[in-house]
Amino acid sequence: MIANTPDPSAIQAQSLSVYYGDFRALKEVNLSIPQKKVTAIIGPSGCGKSTALRSFNRMNELVPTAHITGEILFMGQNIYASDVDPVEVRRRVGMVFQKPNPFPKSIYENVAWGARLNGFRGGVGHPSMDEWVEQCLHKAALWDEVKDKLHQSGLSLSGGQQQRLCIARAIAVKPEIILMDEPASALDPIATLKIEELMRELAEEYTIIVVTHNMQQAARVSDYTAFFTMDEDRAGILVEYGATNQIFTNPKDSRTEGYITGRYG
Amino acid sequence: MTNHLPAKETPAASQLRRRHRPGERIIQGFLFFCGAFSILTTLGIVYEIGKEALLFFRSPEVNLWKFFTGVKWQPQIGEFGILPLVNATLTTTFFAMLIALPLGLCVAIYLSEYASARLRGWLKPILELLAGIPTVVYGYFALTFMTPLLRTIFGKDVVGIYNTASAGLVMGILILPLIASMSEDALSAVPRSLREAAYGLGATKLETAVKIVLPAALSGLAAALIVGISRAIGETMIVALAAGAGPNFTFNPFKAAETMTGHIVRISGGDLSYDSLDYNSLFAIGILLFFATLVLNIISQRIVRRFREVYE
Repeated sequence: MIANTPDPSAIQAQSLSVYYGDFRALKEVNLSIPQKKVTAIIGPSGCGKSTALRSFNRMNELVPTAHITGEILFMGQNIYASDVDPVEVRRRVGMVFQKPNPFPKSIYENVAWGARLNGFRGGVGHPSMDEWVEQCLHKAALWDEVKDKLHQSGLSLSGGQQQRLCIARAIAVKPEIILMDEPASALDPIATLKIEELMRELAEEYTIIVVTHNMQQAARVSDYTAFFTMDEDRAGILVEYGATNQIFTNPKDSRTEGYITGRYG
Repeated sequence: MTNHLPAKETPAASQLRRRHRPGERIIQGFLFFCGAFSILTTLGIVYEIGKEALLFFRSPEVNLWKFFTGVKWQPQIGEFGILPLVNATLTTTFFAMLIALPLGLCVAIYLSEYASARLRGWLKPILELLAGIPTVVYGYFALTFMTPLLRTIFGKDVVGIYNTASAGLVMGILILPLIASMSEDALSAVPRSLREAAYGLGATKLETAVKIVLPAALSGLAAALIVGISRAIGETMIVALAAGAGPNFTFNPFKAAETMTGHIVRISGGDLSYDSLDYNSLFAIGILLFFATLVLNIISQRIVRRFREVYE
């Protein structure tokens, strides 16, 4: 099954399988993620959602036994080709993690670090580093809360603020795609709402792929939804992919319907 | 009569009564004894050293000011200036850390950030084996390998047969596994999520290790450094064999000089009369050593505790 959307594609998985040692965690996934939309990946625990997400920026490689077959096409290039630099891929495909993980540095440094690392030099015709940090914090809807304490530790913020700091940090390196791995699951409802609003705003500029356990969240924030589940040998498979509206109101596959209506998962 | 109790009718109070468990009490007592024993031993040592040291400091021939500032240690003629011994100890410690700190840190970074789990499983025990070699072997290694090496490099007229540099450098090799192991623990304790965050921003392995993991582990690394220094100050056999015999106030690391520990071991091996001022002076050096390492260990524990709080 090749799942397609009418919007132009930002990144595409083609018969993607991921293995951890001998165990196949993800089987033959074909998925085309549209540009500047929010795409949600939902499904029961252990269905390979996070594995799929992490294969979009070669984060899986940090697990020593992991390897993949198939291709992921980004800007027309297979990012797993031997001449592709994973460091460059991760610069363009940023990531926000489940648990907020700011660096034990100041709020300012958290945002500036990645930008500086990737050769950001403020100057004529470009914003200075101070301006850039401010812009990123604005985009992450955090500026007003931290503008008077930019040089305090990022760890001094609340969980929700820390997560927005991590989002500011991710956009500071000017990625094209932002991967979010259950970005609100460790947060309280109000902080969750803020992150969801932020995702909608960010989708005007960035392609966003979000893994979530929370179906209401997927229904609220995403334009497209991909439903994953496990087959008989516990490998994750993509069951159904389409506009969020259609997946939630008129699923084509009975397994999707079962999950959405809470019959299993 | 309906009764759900066991056949033997007993009132509830007797069923709930506290039972005697003599085994529990004996084991608890034994464990307490073990803990108390080690504390009492430490107190005993402090008492014994302190008593003899007090005799020394109260003696009319000793001047506390001169003890800490004098540059001559010659008990035979009543000169008790500790500085030559302290100076030699600091010199050997400096050379030891010159080797142990950078190398140990590099080993730790390699083990925690680069080596595969299998390789690490091999390398760490081998490294720790280095720490298990008797220090007297290291002493002869300094004397028969390091000193000739230094003399070949810098010239025989520059480097003495006994010198503090050689002893210090070999001491560095001895301490290296300790620093590497403690640093590796500190680096490994940095949460994986921080590394992932750095990789996710397009950082290379080296950038992640040096700019994120290393600073995040800084207090653990500082603790490793301090424990290393404390170990170097207390190390005895290598300096006794290779640094030289005879208190000598010199800043030249290629000349012979005697460290605090080296002096104690040499004098106490000789025919020293019990209860002489000479004899008591050894305890004065001992208590100074004791306090130096105690303070360093307390500092390192403080640092480690603060370091733990950050990530829990």
